[in-house]
Amino acid sequence: MDAHGSPRPLEARFWTPGTQLLFAFMLLGLLFIIARLVGGLGAVTNLDNYYPWGLWIGFDVATGVALAAGGFTTAALVQILGRRRYEGVTRPALLTAMLGYTFVAVGLFFDIGRYWAVWHPIFYWQPNSVLFEVAMCVMVYTTVLHLEFLPVISERVGKVLPILHKIGHFLEKIMPALIILGVVLSCMHQSGLGSLLLIAPTKVHPLWYTPILPLLFLTSAIAVGYPMVVFETTLATGSFGLEDEMEILRPLTRITIALLGIYLALKIGDLVVRKAYVYLLEGSAQSHSFLVELLGGVALPWIMLLMPGVRRSRKWLFVACTLIVLGVALNRMNVFIVGFQPAYSVRPYYPHVGEIAITLGLTSSIIFFYRLCVTYLPVLSARKEEGHA
Amino acid sequence: MDRRAFLRFVGLSGTTWALSPSAAFPAVVSDDPAGGAYGCLVDLTVCVGCRKCEQACNQVNGLPEPAIPFDDPRVLDEKRRPDVGAYTVVNRWYPGRVDERNQLVPTFVKVQCMHCLEPACVSACIVGALTKKDYGPVHYDASKCIGCRYCLVACPFQIPAYEYHEALAPQVRKCTFCFDRIVKDGGKPGCAAACPVEAIRFGPRARLLELAHEKIRRDPGRYVDAIYGEFEAGGTSWMYLSGVPFEKVGFQKVPAKPMPKLTETIQHGIFSYMWAPASLYAVLAGFMWVNHRKERNGGE
Repeated sequence: MDAHGSPRPLEARFWTPGTQLLFAFMLLGLLFIIARLVGGLGAVTNLDNYYPWGLWIGFDVATGVALAAGGFTTAALVQILGRRRYEGVTRPALLTAMLGYTFVAVGLFFDIGRYWAVWHPIFYWQPNSVLFEVAMCVMVYTTVLHLEFLPVISERVGKVLPILHKIGHFLEKIMPALIILGVVLSCMHQSGLGSLLLIAPTKVHPLWYTPILPLLFLTSAIAVGYPMVVFETTLATGSFGLEDEMEILRPLTRITIALLGIYLALKIGDLVVRKAYVYLLEGSAQSHSFLVELLGGVALPWIMLLMPGVRRSRKWLFVACTLIVLGVALNRMNVFIVGFQPAYSVRPYYPHVGEIAITLGLTSSIIFFYRLCVTYLPVLSARKEEGHA
Repeated sequence: MDRRAFLRFVGLSGTTWALSPSAAFPAVVSDDPAGGAYGCLVDLTVCVGCRKCEQACNQVNGLPEPAIPFDDPRVLDEKRRPDVGAYTVVNRWYPGRVDERNQLVPTFVKVQCMHCLEPACVSACIVGALTKKDYGPVHYDASKCIGCRYCLVACPFQIPAYEYHEALAPQVRKCTFCFDRIVKDGGKPGCAAACPVEAIRFGPRARLLELAHEKIRRDPGRYVDAIYGEFEAGGTSWMYLSGVPFEKVGFQKVPAKPMPKLTETIQHGIFSYMWAPASLYAVLAGFMWVNHRKERNGGE
């Protein structure tokens, strides 16, 4: 623990070519958001009556929420199960989750046709609707994440703004309740996202349509939490020239072996029980995509993690964790886009340039603000590597 | 189509309807809807594809003038789906039957919202903008809608259409079952009232079902032994009789289990009295408490 010490701002140069590029993507996304506001969804999307949900729901929302799972999984590990040795990764994971959910909300805001009515679900309750449950959970959880993160800001600027210091102090007191609430809400809406398409049994390809889809979404979200932490920590420490934190990441991935193993077992068991394996070799885009997802995104990295050599090597650990992250991302895209096959549709759905630009803008925003926060706020605990200026 | 052609249509199909045994049945419109909600029964063996129903729907709902006029038969050359500008469309199919002169016989199929008894869209709608009315219609209230389009995802019949090119207040558009008209005494949906051959019968659903079964029983050569909508998606207010297998004229195979059954079972199972989230909260709080005490005692 002493090797790490407490989190502190990096105070590195912020305005680098990298952040400038991110900023350019954000402006490009903004341009298309303006086009969407002026011309309607039809102006910047390829959505139609058959494919009402596209890249924004499949990637920005479903994938975004899944990959933000590092927030609640690390919180559960450290704060609830008391594994204090992992304390160093909770703040960056919390930051990722906070930013991830914030931009999920931003993405959703521009995806719904009547964005000015976005507050309606708070007053018009419809508890039969899975989407209602997901929306309420995401809304409350996003708020919880902001409250959890506020003390980090007050730590830094509390001296200048005494009121913030007081709020931060108060939040610290109720933090245990907030953390548990965050974990409960996460379990609810991570599985809820999987329930969303269960109402359309005739449209989702049988490789993915299963009554246990909510369970698969929940277990995959839990399984991808720590790999996502490894993924972003490796990128961040590499980018800032910090110590690699392998002594935290390595044991973290040992837990992942168990979590990913459960997901893999459920996924294979589901194929067997439903006899859906007959579709595996049908040669369609769907079957190929499923095989890539299952073999390349779950089975391969799981086997890799079983090898001590992989867990010892920073590079190979990063590769394995990246595969897991991509595998879960592909799963969400498969369920919501690739495997979604509506009747009567005359042309397949491919995202419009505007959809891609806005998605790119939102993703860039997350990385941009992540960098901004770790530069000026006490988030990362890793110290500069010896020999680095 | 000119006036004369239309009259010929009416004459011809009027005869068909009169000759069909069901003509012996009295109109069911005035009946009490004791059998539950109202519905419509479309007899595909009677429909002549005149598209008067489309035109009436257009007028009743104040929809925009179509690009190709209603009496232009070329419209039937391609398969259409209901859209934001047309709540119902008639498609022409050639399921393979030929007449005595070896000409292919067309079957015309009117498509519109089926007004399911247990609608997926209603269960999916995040704000309850879609509701199933006692009279039968699945009703859309634009003032509640947020435009999430989950109803389009959920609908097994692929009916709701969305105003993607409306920037400010886009709406979900679909057949209203002429809710405002049918709540009035003797009121019929615009299409059913306009149909010159009475291919669309409006009445209490239970009575329509009896009628449909009776028609099949009396003339088994004319009809396939099935009523589309009797069981599909848990039953629908709109139902069809056909002389050819339904899958040959564009009908989807839809499971009989109501679409919302699975999700609602899961949702209600987990969230009744919030027992699952509450228990999870309690368990996690227990873990936290134990670990904190251990840490304090351990003097870590």
